Amino acid sequence: MASAQETALSAERQDIRNRWLLSAPALIIILLAAIGPLFIVLIYSFLAAGPYGDVEWKFSTDGWISVFLQRDIFDDTLSFADAHLAIFWRSVKLSIGTTLLTIVFGFPTAYFIATRPERTREMWLFLITIPFWTNLLIRTFAILQIIRNEGIINTLLIKAGFINQPIQILFTDTAIMIGMVYVYLPLMVLPLYASMEKLDFRLVEAGYDLYASRFAVLRRIIFPLVKPGVIAGSILVFIPSLGAYVTPSLLGGGKNMMLGNLIELQFGQGRNWPLGSAISITLMAIVMIALLAYVRNAGSSEVRHG
Amino acid sequence: MNWKTTAPAIGLALLASTGLARAEGELNIYNWGNYTSPDVIKKFEEKYKVKVTITDYDSNDTALAKVRQGGTGFDIAIPSQTYVPIWIEEGLVQETDPSTMENFKNVAPEWANPEFDPGRKFTVPWAWGTIGVVVNTDAYKGPADSWSIIFNTPDELKGKVNVVPEMGDVMFAAIMYLGGEQCTDDKALLKKVRDMLVAAKPNWVAMEYNTIERMGAGDFKATSDWNGSALRQRLAHPEIHFNYPKEGFGMWSDNVVVLKEAKNVENAKLFQNFIMDPENAAGLSAFHRYANAISGSEKYMPDDMKDAPEVVIPADAKPHGELQKMCSPETQALYTKIWTELQK
Repeated sequence: MASAQETALSAERQDIRNRWLLSAPALIIILLAAIGPLFIVLIYSFLAAGPYGDVEWKFSTDGWISVFLQRDIFDDTLSFADAHLAIFWRSVKLSIGTTLLTIVFGFPTAYFIATRPERTREMWLFLITIPFWTNLLIRTFAILQIIRNEGIINTLLIKAGFINQPIQILFTDTAIMIGMVYVYLPLMVLPLYASMEKLDFRLVEAGYDLYASRFAVLRRIIFPLVKPGVIAGSILVFIPSLGAYVTPSLLGGGKNMMLGNLIELQFGQGRNWPLGSAISITLMAIVMIALLAYVRNAGSSEVRHG
Repeated sequence: MNWKTTAPAIGLALLASTGLARAEGELNIYNWGNYTSPDVIKKFEEKYKVKVTITDYDSNDTALAKVRQGGTGFDIAIPSQTYVPIWIEEGLVQETDPSTMENFKNVAPEWANPEFDPGRKFTVPWAWGTIGVVVNTDAYKGPADSWSIIFNTPDELKGKVNVVPEMGDVMFAAIMYLGGEQCTDDKALLKKVRDMLVAAKPNWVAMEYNTIERMGAGDFKATSDWNGSALRQRLAHPEIHFNYPKEGFGMWSDNVVVLKEAKNVENAKLFQNFIMDPENAAGLSAFHRYANAISGSEKYMPDDMKDAPEVVIPADAKPHGELQKMCSPETQALYTKIWTELQK
């Protein structure tokens, strides 16, 4: 009996060793390609800025201090870096907006696909992935052609007599939102579909049988069951939105920065690499917080499922 | 394509590639994108039996950062005058003494001994230009030879003005407009600059580099811009005109340097000498659309550039031009703060 237990134990140990060995290549890649560079960014954030870009190998917290605090250019008083805060806030605001809009558009789309006959579902999913075939930059340029002052939307509206003057959509925050919603919509639809596909539609029927209204069925039955999909989709949309660079630069006209642009400024014309590194890490911290909130939420909803 | 047809194709490709490798030498150029005339490069390749490879960069800061890291394999780079002193000071370039080269006699006198490289010990002029105001005269017919188009926008242009987001250029223009000296660290003046920029921004539609396409499409009716870009716009749309602001406009010059880590130093020197030849300099200009600082190149210039007001600065505007300098790191830090506040 005891020896059998020992064999079982050693088998288990062997199993664990095998698992480590098998995952070693992946772990090495993560270590070298993700954690390594990240570590360099972290070190850079604690160094002094070189006079013309780059860093000087002297310990300094100036980078970190100037993420949150700024010395007034004119009277030298220390205050909150409201320019940075404003840019942080714009990024968070636009990312939340994008996430909500992708849910609004993505939810019905995913529901539509999930309720098609099984044969045709694959075709619909395939259609959703078509935008991924084209480069992000090209898709953003396409959006630009549609919303510009002499673009399709404005031309149609003017021809139809609804407006006399083109509506300025391009180079506004609205343009950034339109672009980001378009770009990230598939990232919302796919996880939503994945959880809706598993949905037991007999529960929906049961709801109707018990005289639940359509809205009540959506709110009390469907939504709670696909919540993990909503959360996964939100994370997939929110994180890249927060760091978006191409879309705000092209569609927003570069007048108002987002975090990606602010970071780029520090490594480019601003020549303050430590500050750029510190802002990058702050951005990652925000993402981490969002992810932790996700893990908690997903965990608790899992329990309710059981 | 099946294997039978593919195999000979691959064979041919291999043959072609070894053929190229057999050229007598190589030259690796690191330059701004869309800036190097393929015709002139071809001529150089044929004359000296050298295979030239061009790699693009998009900003002085990118180029500097990359070359600083070393091991790039580039022989030549083309930094702007503001950055040349840094390249020299940090020992990234080698002293090739262009002033002793055969074609140096062609360099226009005003460019033969520039402040950024006294005596031209390191650099050869590639192109120079100006930064001014471009206006679509269909949208605005008033006087446009002033930075007021950007900083105190007339009603007709409100919401239709673009500003090219080069921090140094915008700060230069704003300081000139308020009567200051370039690279000033006078706080009282900078406060006025900040307030003026913040007040002007609501009249701007964008801060974008892509002016040629947007001015052409009518998304912008006016913009700050480089002269060569303005020339391209006017050639496509005659109603678009470049103006030299009377308060003072910036001038720049990009220069060919040979890197310290260059492997093909002799070819790089040949190239420096080659582009100081008037015909070759004109060939470069015909492509990048900027002036070239080589005397005698005028007669080889394309017709649409010979008398172009964008390229040949009119006599009455000339005194207002000033070569832009690199500001001190402390001043630069002040400007970055103003810039961030402007774009928050």
